[in-house]
Amino acid sequence: MIATTATPVPLPNSRLRVGDVLRVGASGLRTRRLRTGLSTLGVAIGIAAMVGVLGLSASSREDLQIKIRALGTNLLEVQAGTGFGRGSGTLPDTAVAMVSRIGPVTSVSSIATVAGAVRRNDTISAGITSGISVFAADPGLLDTLHATLADGRWLDAATSTYPAAVLGSVTAQKLGIVDVADQLRVRINDEWFAVIGILDPVAAAPGLDRGAVVGIAAASTYLTAGAAVVPETIYVRTSDADVAAVRNVLSNTVNPATPEEVQVSRPSDALAAQEAASTAFTSLFLGLGAVALLVGGIGIANVMVIAVIERRSEIGLRRALGATRAHIRRQFLTEAILLAGAGGVVGVGLGAGVTAVYASIKHWQIVIPPIAIIGGFVAAVVIGGVAGLYPASRAARLPPTEALRSN
Amino acid sequence: MTADIAPIGVPALELVDVVKEYPGEPPIRALDGVSLRVEAGELAAIVGPSGSGKSTLLHIIGTLDRPTSGIVRLAGVEASAMSDKQLSAVRSQLIGFVFQQFFLLEGMTAIDNVANGLLYRGIAPSERRQAAAEALDRVGLGNRMQHTPNKLSGGERQRVAIARAIVNRPSIVLADEPTGNLDSKSGGSVMDLIRELHLEGRTILIITHDRELAASLPRRISMRDGLVESDATDETLQNATQ
Ligand SMILES: Nc1ncnc2c1ncn2[C@@H]1O[C@H](COP(=O)(O)OP(=O)(O)OP(=O)(O)O)[C@@H](O)[C@H]1O
Ligand SMILES: [Mg+2]
Repeated sequence: MIATTATPVPLPNSRLRVGDVLRVGASGLRTRRLRTGLSTLGVAIGIAAMVGVLGLSASSREDLQIKIRALGTNLLEVQAGTGFGRGSGTLPDTAVAMVSRIGPVTSVSSIATVAGAVRRNDTISAGITSGISVFAADPGLLDTLHATLADGRWLDAATSTYPAAVLGSVTAQKLGIVDVADQLRVRINDEWFAVIGILDPVAAAPGLDRGAVVGIAAASTYLTAGAAVVPETIYVRTSDADVAAVRNVLSNTVNPATPEEVQVSRPSDALAAQEAASTAFTSLFLGLGAVALLVGGIGIANVMVIAVIERRSEIGLRRALGATRAHIRRQFLTEAILLAGAGGVVGVGLGAGVTAVYASIKHWQIVIPPIAIIGGFVAAVVIGGVAGLYPASRAARLPPTEALRSN
Repeated sequence: MTADIAPIGVPALELVDVVKEYPGEPPIRALDGVSLRVEAGELAAIVGPSGSGKSTLLHIIGTLDRPTSGIVRLAGVEASAMSDKQLSAVRSQLIGFVFQQFFLLEGMTAIDNVANGLLYRGIAPSERRQAAAEALDRVGLGNRMQHTPNKLSGGERQRVAIARAIVNRPSIVLADEPTGNLDSKSGGSVMDLIRELHLEGRTILIITHDRELAASLPRRISMRDGLVESDATDETLQNATQ
């Protein structure tokens, strides 16, 4: 055995268990519930704003993506007219035949507006259903637009010549028609048309939702007194690879004489533009959320500074019981992080809730990016840590005798 | 073996020429060369006029503050040259404090307040509570364990604080006017408790302004202007308690 000297064995260091750090940090909050709740609010609002914005933009983007996918990026829309506004003119009646000769084109359909008022019966004045337009379309339109039916059938070669109509989704709703099995009829101008089908909302041509569609032959027979119905808009579906090539030749094909009077567009581009526009808003709101977070962080720092001043005697007592400076620092840092972390949890919940509610009102798919949830919580914790740094080190630096000299 | 009985021959406390000067214009000499030796198992009163340096002395003995010069030894452990971290270790293991203002944490039950006396020793919560329950039993508050401080009388609060001071079995208990905030009846019961703890072998130093109380204790250390003016051990009282 080694000879021992008079030097006493050094005492083991003070030690605060990890679980106790959390317990001690939380105990300061438990006794000041109102203040805890209020100071958490700032961070909660900031995080909620950010999570909500990220969730809503992701949900709306997802919805646009779904619409774009349903629409297809290979659909082109051809309209006549410049200067007088889109769709004001008509296209040559040879247009459909010409376009269908372009190699990569897989389907072509045309549509035209027909003057007419739609009514449920002949006693109601036309004014009630004034928002409803009458369209004449060819039987291929449903496939070209990738549109679907809610009920009944679409026009075919036979029904296109009869007084038969397919109603848009909004039209059906306005007229109170939900089931074609009821064999209802609608009155267009002075003719009765049998309702044979009801469309789902049409993403490629939202105008159809507020319309009643009849065959081109039927339109000419029953609605225009024999005058030919000339196409206004042509929808062209091409193979995916050749969209740009087809787009380049469409104007010349449709109207070789005055190609500049033909407008060619891609409906999916509008949705893509909408998507791009929403990102601009997202960054604006994210910025606002960040400001709210900063204010929340300052609020927490403020509350913690006050807590340190108020709890001087507690700090002194803990030092007297053997707490090191590090233990005191850890206690107040934990308290600040728990404060902000609670705000983070509430904020994430709030943001997700707002997203869910708003998205379901809009009939969007609810998308809350995991990065928003994790990021929101982590951001809150980091803010708590930063906000707590100064108050905690102030508490730690407080000399025990000064802390115990109360009043 | 318990820590509240120091090794044979080693005094519980030894001060050699301790000076404490607070900076200022002019600097305040709160302690002007205090030498003191307290054996294990002693019960001593520290008396003296206000401002004579009693609290300063107790803080330095309790390693809450450092002397400007001089040596402080606790149970043979030299504290004067220690780091802040080591001083914390000394406080958590060798010293128990009792204050005039109790310093109990509101919103925490009596048993949890007492268990805090072991918080910085790295002991598991269940063990802390068990030791706290025993200490509360010892001070006669076994039936008040779940009470928060605001539901306890002043005397009961001070007894909870005493239980907290002894729960870590310190080699010395330091009390700064423990009865100063109490009426004479509860002050008397607190002093009865302190005498009992002394009879069990604990080393206790008490600051008091109460002459009668001081006269009833075996040893009286009188302070004046930062110096020990007199240090009297009453043999009869000393023998009576041994
Ligand atoms: N932190 C400090 N800074 C400056 N001076 C101090 C400080 N603490 C104590 N003093 C001074 O040191 C002297 C001794 O103070 P101390 O508190 O030890 O007196 P005391 O004997 O405990 O008095 P009391 O009976 O009133 O409690 C006093 O003059 C006091 O003003
Ligand atoms: Mg004093």
